[in-house]
Amino acid sequence: MNILVWVAVIIVLITSVGLLIARDWRIGIIFLAAQYLAMFILLLPHLPLGMASVKVVTGWMSSAILGMTRSDLREDDTEENLWPRGRLFSLFAAGMVVLIVAGATPAVNNIMADAGMAVTAGGLLLVGSGLLHLGITSQILRVTQGLLTVIAGFEIIYSSVESSALVVALLVTINLGLALVGSYLMLASQHREPETP
Amino acid sequence: MTTNAPALWILAPFGFGVLLLFIRNARAVSLLGGTLALLLALTAQFIPIETALRFGELSVKIDSSISILGRVLLISPAEGSLLALIYAGSSLWFFGSLAAERSTRVVPIGLMITALMVAALAVQPFLYAALFIEMAILISIPMLSSLYTTPGKGIVRFLIYQTLAMPFILLAGWLLAGVEASPGDLALAAQSASVLGLGFAFLLAIFPLYNWIPMLMEESPPFTVGFLLWILPTITIIFGAGFLDRYSWIRSSPQLISALQSAGLLMVTTGGLWAAFQRHFGRIMAYASVAETGFSILALSVDSRLGIPILFLLIPARALTLALWSLALTIIKENAETLRFSSARGMLRNTPFAATGIILATLSTGAFPLLASFPPRLALWENISRASSTSAIWMGIGIAGFLVSAVRSLAVLAMADEFASWKPRENLPQMIMLGLGMIGLFILGLFPQTAQIFLAQLPLMFEHLGR
Repeated sequence: MNILVWVAVIIVLITSVGLLIARDWRIGIIFLAAQYLAMFILLLPHLPLGMASVKVVTGWMSSAILGMTRSDLREDDTEENLWPRGRLFSLFAAGMVVLIVAGATPAVNNIMADAGMAVTAGGLLLVGSGLLHLGITSQILRVTQGLLTVIAGFEIIYSSVESSALVVALLVTINLGLALVGSYLMLASQHREPETP
Repeated sequence: MTTNAPALWILAPFGFGVLLLFIRNARAVSLLGGTLALLLALTAQFIPIETALRFGELSVKIDSSISILGRVLLISPAEGSLLALIYAGSSLWFFGSLAAERSTRVVPIGLMITALMVAALAVQPFLYAALFIEMAILISIPMLSSLYTTPGKGIVRFLIYQTLAMPFILLAGWLLAGVEASPGDLALAAQSASVLGLGFAFLLAIFPLYNWIPMLMEESPPFTVGFLLWILPTITIIFGAGFLDRYSWIRSSPQLISALQSAGLLMVTTGGLWAAFQRHFGRIMAYASVAETGFSILALSVDSRLGIPILFLLIPARALTLALWSLALTIIKENAETLRFSSARGMLRNTPFAATGIILATLSTGAFPLLASFPPRLALWENISRASSTSAIWMGIGIAGFLVSAVRSLAVLAMADEFASWKPRENLPQMIMLGLGMIGLFILGLFPQTAQIFLAQLPLMFEHLGR
């Protein structure tokens, strides 16, 4: 189990960096879905299988909602809106996040009732990369992915101290709600005023 | 016959809100939603919870709690007046939506948001409130932006900032439990206070995290934003006061009092100063809402025996001022296309009620005598000045900013072309609603004791604060 959990941390690292540098929205959605699989593994030490499964299924549903909505939109309108655009910059920023997470993990692990180094590191990586994502983009799909990533990281860390069914249910609702709101805003952002002759 | 309070004040209005989504008749939606909210307010005020009432052969009792997924939604008997205040405020918006012509969006979603915010106050353990508040935020997005308008940056920032608050509050709740278990751990206490502060800074849009409010006022319908700027900070402040009430080490911490006072003063002063220099009526209301939250935070920073009654006295004044202001802005926007000074110049001759409403609401925010916000502001100012005259001066600067803003607004609204005639374009419901709102501002200002029917019992909802 211990090795599996560390594998999940590596998957989280790959997917969160991948989300930052991917230009194609399809690849972004795939990374998001893979991120939820890693989240499932990281949740298992603290949550029953059923509850962890609910979270991963919800994550995949959220990814599907975003992907389906995005697939219906025009390509030209959703050009990359990252600043700065360079992949190198994103990689550098992600490297900074990894360094900060590496430094903060022992202390946070201590505070969070010894959740486990891997669980804490995975959660913090997601929170950090999600915040970075939110900081460098204003594109609605990416903002939604960033928020879902932050919440996924938080859920991993929080699961070590709180496993109430009500909290799981509400967080699941919030995840789905965020995906729906993201889709709604994506659809609205496609709207154009009719051209006057 | 037995019912229970959470079913009556949370589940029923939420379900009714969902049903109203399917009705397309704006007048029916407004009247149904407003009437339901008013009935819920009256029930909360006059029918006690956990007390059997006999009507002839029929005996009615409202239980205080309901269990959901192993946790409890609990509305204690002392919270009846608060529910009355919340639903009475909501009914003000729902009836007003008819005049603002926003009923089909504001009423159904507004009812759901109100129910979720009440659930936030009722849920046990109380820190789960952050989850209900987040759900209310998500539901509010379709109310703020239609599918046929491109969403602006304000709505995206609103979503980001409010969503980021939730993890901080939940984590802070866990950390605070740890501090309770080991009170000597100063490092843990500092960490939990910082996390809690960050959570509330996002949630209450404390300086400098309030930049989404003016943006949202420019992008979205003023009436809708006004509703959110009333209900979200009001419930969040009460939720925050719950933290103070529960944890004695936070309540008695001099650093916290100082932090609350600094945050409140920053919001009042910057809100007033920025409002004085705006050239957009919507942005002025946005900064007024920032300052209103600042006043509430300041009320929490003074001695709670005085601060808590002032905090509750600020609630009806804020509700009435923002309702009047946002309705007036909606009407002016309909007639002037945008709310920029250049577009709305001379509107006093076309929309006299709305223009007067804006001036009175701005003056009320600026603690102008005879208006609704004057009594609580005066009481707060007096208490602040006892603690520090420098703080009182900063508060005065913020208030002066709003008075300057009111004079500038009056000048712009009255500045019509020389031979422009008076052509009122407001319809009857708009004139009635605005007129009632303005009368309400004067009633609350001249006879603040009229609000005591709701406010007298409110401090009882706290175990320690205000005692």
